[in-house]
Amino acid sequence: MDQRPGSGQLRHLRDEYHRFTVRRYLFLIGCCILLLALIGIATTLGSADLTVGEVYTAILAHFFPSLAETTPLASTIVWEYRLHRILFAIAAGFGLGIAGAMMQGVLRNPLASPFTLGISAAASFGASLVIVFGIGGLSNDIAIIVAAFLFTLLATFGIYTLSKLRGISPESMILAGIILMYLFSAMTSFLQYIGTTSQLQEVVFWTFGSLQRTTWGKLALVTVVIGACLPYIMLRSWDLNAMGQGDQVAKSMGVDVNQTRTRLMLISSLITAIIICFTGVIGFIGLVAPHITRLAIGGDNRFLLPASGLVGGALLLTADSLARTVLAPAIIPVGIMTSFIGIPFFLYLFLRKREGYW
Amino acid sequence: MTLSVRDLSFSYGDRKILHGISFEAATGEVLGIAGPNGCGKTTLIKCIDRIFEPQGEVEFAGKYLEDMTTTEVAQLIAYVPQALTMGMAMSVFETILLGRRPYIRWSVSDTDIERVSMIIDDLGIQHLAFRSMTQISGGERQKVMIARAMVQDPSLLLLDEPTSALDLRHQLEVMELVQRVSREKQVSVLMAVHDLNLASRFCDRLMVMKEGRVVALGKPSELLNETLIRDVYGVEAMITRQSGFLQVIPVCPVRGILA
Repeated sequence: MDQRPGSGQLRHLRDEYHRFTVRRYLFLIGCCILLLALIGIATTLGSADLTVGEVYTAILAHFFPSLAETTPLASTIVWEYRLHRILFAIAAGFGLGIAGAMMQGVLRNPLASPFTLGISAAASFGASLVIVFGIGGLSNDIAIIVAAFLFTLLATFGIYTLSKLRGISPESMILAGIILMYLFSAMTSFLQYIGTTSQLQEVVFWTFGSLQRTTWGKLALVTVVIGACLPYIMLRSWDLNAMGQGDQVAKSMGVDVNQTRTRLMLISSLITAIIICFTGVIGFIGLVAPHITRLAIGGDNRFLLPASGLVGGALLLTADSLARTVLAPAIIPVGIMTSFIGIPFFLYLFLRKREGYW
Repeated sequence: MTLSVRDLSFSYGDRKILHGISFEAATGEVLGIAGPNGCGKTTLIKCIDRIFEPQGEVEFAGKYLEDMTTTEVAQLIAYVPQALTMGMAMSVFETILLGRRPYIRWSVSDTDIERVSMIIDDLGIQHLAFRSMTQISGGERQKVMIARAMVQDPSLLLLDEPTSALDLRHQLEVMELVQRVSREKQVSVLMAVHDLNLASRFCDRLMVMKEGRVVALGKPSELLNETLIRDVYGVEAMITRQSGFLQVIPVCPVRGILA
């Protein structure tokens, strides 16, 4: 298989692959530009009557007080109400998108997401438990966050332990996840049944998912967790590619399949947990963002994972901006909105006859 | 580089699959493994690649495989499974590129791209290079999987029934490819085969297994006869020679013998 002289085909193949790579980088850059544009638009939206000029002046004045002059009202609305919510939407969407892409890759299943695996059902149960029974001493808000977070990790541990009994494989993990999803859903329903009307209302509202309660502190925490996980995820993306060919082939290419699968599952659960404990259940981002991305740039996880994050961020910010404006001054919980914009996307993917996509 | 397998045994739980298998394969040799379903061909291949952890010794190129890291093993041995797992939306080019995993940390080097381009060119599948794996035929897919194994730069290639799902033309093309690879690159090939006619044409030697044991090992033309096929497969067969090729024609199952 020596190089034959004058083989124009070789050059053609190389160029074609380079073009493909460039296209994928362009997609990533395009997503970043789109996000910036969305931030620019989203900051001007809201129930308070601020003009576009007032909003940007308020932002500018924060960084360069000498250059621009703003009113305290505009500054408060932009900085205390809008910006952290917008950035949180991006961070949460990024985390849910990348977590979904990881789970789909690790489990080789297009329907895997934190929601089909019972992880969000566990979070809902944790939150319901606190809402219905309360915990003495702690303020309810913090207790709900902690309980949702802990139960999410508990569900992950449950999936891991159950599937280990059968031998860790995509099938065993998915089955274990489905078992846990039904278990936690039933227990949540039971709590709703025994709870008072106002408790029931609060539980249901929590499961809608909302970015209403974001703060700069929560944003920082979510960003730090995702940022800390990201390098490891990217380092393992090549192994994840190999695992797409089946566990045994991946092993034959030197991948420690069980370790990679376990760690990436844990990381994607951790990212999901730190997001949904603050927001409640936000569906569809983890499922849809990787699918859209895969359609656009293919299945190489080195590009798919970060791009799914960016697409997820754009989707969640769009959903939240719509949720804040379509019925203004009323704000629709973003979890409802993601499903509304997620379903048409999904239908489109479902009906589009594109062979070779999965 | 010789492969020496000594006293290799393997069990799934209580069920013993391989009973003390020993054999050697020389550099550049194509060694076929034949035998009825369930005789342990696939298990043997997976044990040699350390996908399973067997008892006994596997020595290759003077080193014991159990002392090597998985990446070191992957740089020496490549494996093509019988059934292909369909994963993500990967193109042919990307799938072949996966074979460079033992040499790549994260970024793809020009050498990696060069190697993949060369093998695509060599196999004459340029027109498929950027198609999705799900859009090509079974025969083309099998070639892609062998190409993926080849860019792994192995010294030993393990193939599990590479032709079992292919049409006549692709069977011949894949077998010729395997033979050429072993000749040109001095790669040893260990290959599970069902088709004894193909095996006798393309394998330098044939190892016949039954119930986890080696029952015969040698040149196909010297090895294959009516008695062996009756003992191993429980089938009455006729063996003929036509235009230089050995032909095994199965006639009927032997009553009272369980293969």
